[in-house]
Amino acid sequence: MEVGIVSYGAYVPRFRIKPHEIAEVWGVDGESMSKGLGIKSKSVPGPDEDVITIAVEAARIALSRIDIDTSDIGSIYVGSESHPYAVKPSATIVAEAIGATPDLTAADYEFACKAGTAAIQTCSGLVGSNAIRYGMAIGADTSQGAPGDALEYTASAGGAAYIIGRENVIAKINKTYSYTTDTPDFWRREGEKYPSHGGRFTGEPAYFKHILSCANNLMEIVGTKPSDYDYAVFHQPNGKFPVSAAKKLGFSKEQVSCGLLTPVIGNTYSGAVLIGLAAVLDVAKPNDRIMMVAYGSGAGSDSFDISVTDEIKTFNRNDSNTVSSIIQNHKFVSYATYAKYMGKIHLRGA
Amino acid sequence: MAIPRFWREIPSRYNLIGTECGNCGKRYFPPRIICPECHRKSVGKMKDVKFQGKGEVVTYSIIHHAPKAYEMQVPYIIAIIEFEEGVRATGQIIDCEPEDVEVGMRVEPAFRKIGEDGKSGVIYYGYKFKPA
Amino acid sequence: MREVAVIGIGETRFGELWDKSFREIGIEAGLFAIQDSKTKGEEIDALYIGNMSAGRFIDQEHIAPLVADYVGLAGANLPATRIEGAGASGGLALSQAYMAVASEVHDIVVVGGAEKMTDVSEVYAQEILASTADQEWESVFGATFAGLHAMIARRHMHEYGTTKKQLAMVAVKNHKNAALNPNAQYRRELSLETVLKAPMVAEPLGLFDCAPLSDGAAALVLCPLDRAKEYTDNPVRIASCGQAGDYMALHDRKDICTMDATVVAAKKAFKYAGITPKDVDLAEVHDNYTISEILAIEDIGFFNKGDGGKATEDGQTALNSEISVNPSGGLKARGQPVGATGVAQAVEVVRQLRGEAGERQVKNARYGLTHNVGGTGASVIVHIFDGGV
Repeated sequence: MEVGIVSYGAYVPRFRIKPHEIAEVWGVDGESMSKGLGIKSKSVPGPDEDVITIAVEAARIALSRIDIDTSDIGSIYVGSESHPYAVKPSATIVAEAIGATPDLTAADYEFACKAGTAAIQTCSGLVGSNAIRYGMAIGADTSQGAPGDALEYTASAGGAAYIIGRENVIAKINKTYSYTTDTPDFWRREGEKYPSHGGRFTGEPAYFKHILSCANNLMEIVGTKPSDYDYAVFHQPNGKFPVSAAKKLGFSKEQVSCGLLTPVIGNTYSGAVLIGLAAVLDVAKPNDRIMMVAYGSGAGSDSFDISVTDEIKTFNRNDSNTVSSIIQNHKFVSYATYAKYMGKIHLRGA
Repeated sequence: MAIPRFWREIPSRYNLIGTECGNCGKRYFPPRIICPECHRKSVGKMKDVKFQGKGEVVTYSIIHHAPKAYEMQVPYIIAIIEFEEGVRATGQIIDCEPEDVEVGMRVEPAFRKIGEDGKSGVIYYGYKFKPA
Repeated sequence: MREVAVIGIGETRFGELWDKSFREIGIEAGLFAIQDSKTKGEEIDALYIGNMSAGRFIDQEHIAPLVADYVGLAGANLPATRIEGAGASGGLALSQAYMAVASEVHDIVVVGGAEKMTDVSEVYAQEILASTADQEWESVFGATFAGLHAMIARRHMHEYGTTKKQLAMVAVKNHKNAALNPNAQYRRELSLETVLKAPMVAEPLGLFDCAPLSDGAAALVLCPLDRAKEYTDNPVRIASCGQAGDYMALHDRKDICTMDATVVAAKKAFKYAGITPKDVDLAEVHDNYTISEILAIEDIGFFNKGDGGKATEDGQTALNSEISVNPSGGLKARGQPVGATGVAQAVEVVRQLRGEAGERQVKNARYGLTHNVGGTGASVIVHIFDGGV
């Protein structure tokens, strides 16, 4: 049975901040920070935005591109490490806001930056087993880096929603494979506002080991090699890691550049590979093959072997909601405004 | 705000659900229980109807002195929007600089936080408008 | 229906009355009015009090018997009723009292209006004011009370070319009048430049386009006209009362720039009084924002729609000009203890018609009008008073 992507929508908040603006506050050289991380700017959520609003905006874009009955959506999973509620699902609010209630199952996922791809896997399973007609998988974050921490230069906001189904599939999911270990490279304890991380430990034993293993194992399972793919999207915590991972795996810069958005919008965590994939689908042609590998700290990778179908030709991509047009609409803010929007300024109590 | 007070309005706040008079066909947003045109003839005949919410700015103001819930957003734009479907609603305009808003500007709905009961309370979501 | 007269007036000073409680200001205004009327306590048949939101401003509901009690009339088992109609609460209390006397239910009635607004923070007080608009479909989305009036102003500017300067001239004029009113909150003139350069509250309305938050109370004593001379040498007849309503939310009104409730209430009042707007010598209108006075003078019929700004700029509403609008200083400068407003307007008009307004006396005044608005125009009440009795 052919299970795959029926529609998708990405959303990135309009505000941006440059690394130089952050660096100046902490007495750091912004230029070297920018170069070191491969980051020109990162997105900042507005004061009235959170994972739920981002998820709803993305979900509505996905729905606006196809003609399906929202009551046929049988599952909604929202993956994020920054759900507005610790207890109270984001997914129920999204379900209500897109008119999918009440005949569906819904839950929130958390697996650092790969909770969104975990949601796609679950939806694929439900759709593939005929338990539901359509499933919606969303990855979205308004991630926070502690002020002054290296993460502050990259942690950003954005998300994407995917409708998974069997009919009118624009991109078929040929195979998905995951690679999971207990690797504490990045975490946030209950009740803590900002995450902690293991510094350089987040590199080799964490990001690279999982991404590379996951991608290589997938290619071995399906019998492909890097040159079989037109595009590759790797998790992109900064502008450097995914390019380096691609090189180690034998992918070219050209294969990854289309889905590499972190240099402009920062690391949208659970949204990262999903927004990258959206950018690829915005331009992909029938029969294009896409490799997508997510990484979530803690740690694990989800890889996907995807083939674009003929359906993409009639799919509505000519709207103002392509990733490039969404990213084009932006406004740079100062660190002070950023601090205000991110709730780092404390107002007096009511 | 009491939770049920917001919760019972969720269909209108999230999805612009208004009403249509089963007697004369006139549409209303926010929803009404009685059609002001048909009076008792409309009782029991008001049907739910979903509005798209695309429309234009009839008038607006830039708020500098805000209530507690909006203090973090000043200055922000508040406006009366006339939907293409003919009804009018009051809401905030976002993703627009205060100096760029004008009467007649085209807008479309967006989904945003519109309030919360403090840091430990329920978060309220609903419609705002952004330039179309 | 029998004719009704005002035989006594009283008011407190308006302003930030830190040292006085709600009951104290209520009593003070009531006693002034009763003393002025020369009635005796035991003659009073009923008390009506206009009050908007004592429950939220001072955590006290049931304020009518509270004031009756502290004015010393609980022992007489005086019936006391609170009337609420947002900013029109005072005017509505007056109309209830007027109808009670006109219909021969009561003979001597005391009408009070009171609000104590400075016991809460300014932000909270503004939220209370905003609750007189549609809480579920306006205020909850961040539309402040000033913001709603600013949207009226913006549209008026868009449709009729009204200018910020014309709005500012309302404030300048009303401050000039208030400077002559010993009970006003702001007894100082304002320059046009000061108004125009004030910080913005809700664009295009700046700080001085908005009436202040105030404490204050006002009271009247009413009796049948044919008995008025028993108590006073100069009774003022209530010539008419007209009340009208409209859609609750501004976005539902037929025309954002017209308060239909004012149009209808004024038409009724003029019809019952048998006079026209041209006969009115002075008017106390509801200028909670500068734009509100411009709408009022158009919708009552003193000026054509769209001409209010220009008329104000040209000085046609100044003291002893074409029509003296807000000789007391209005809500803008006399102060705005919300529930007291409608009664205080009547106190000023009666004082003017009696010829007791001192330096701000409108010359040869025979007819005076009060115009009191609730919310952004969902309740309006207009009274016309006749000093020629």
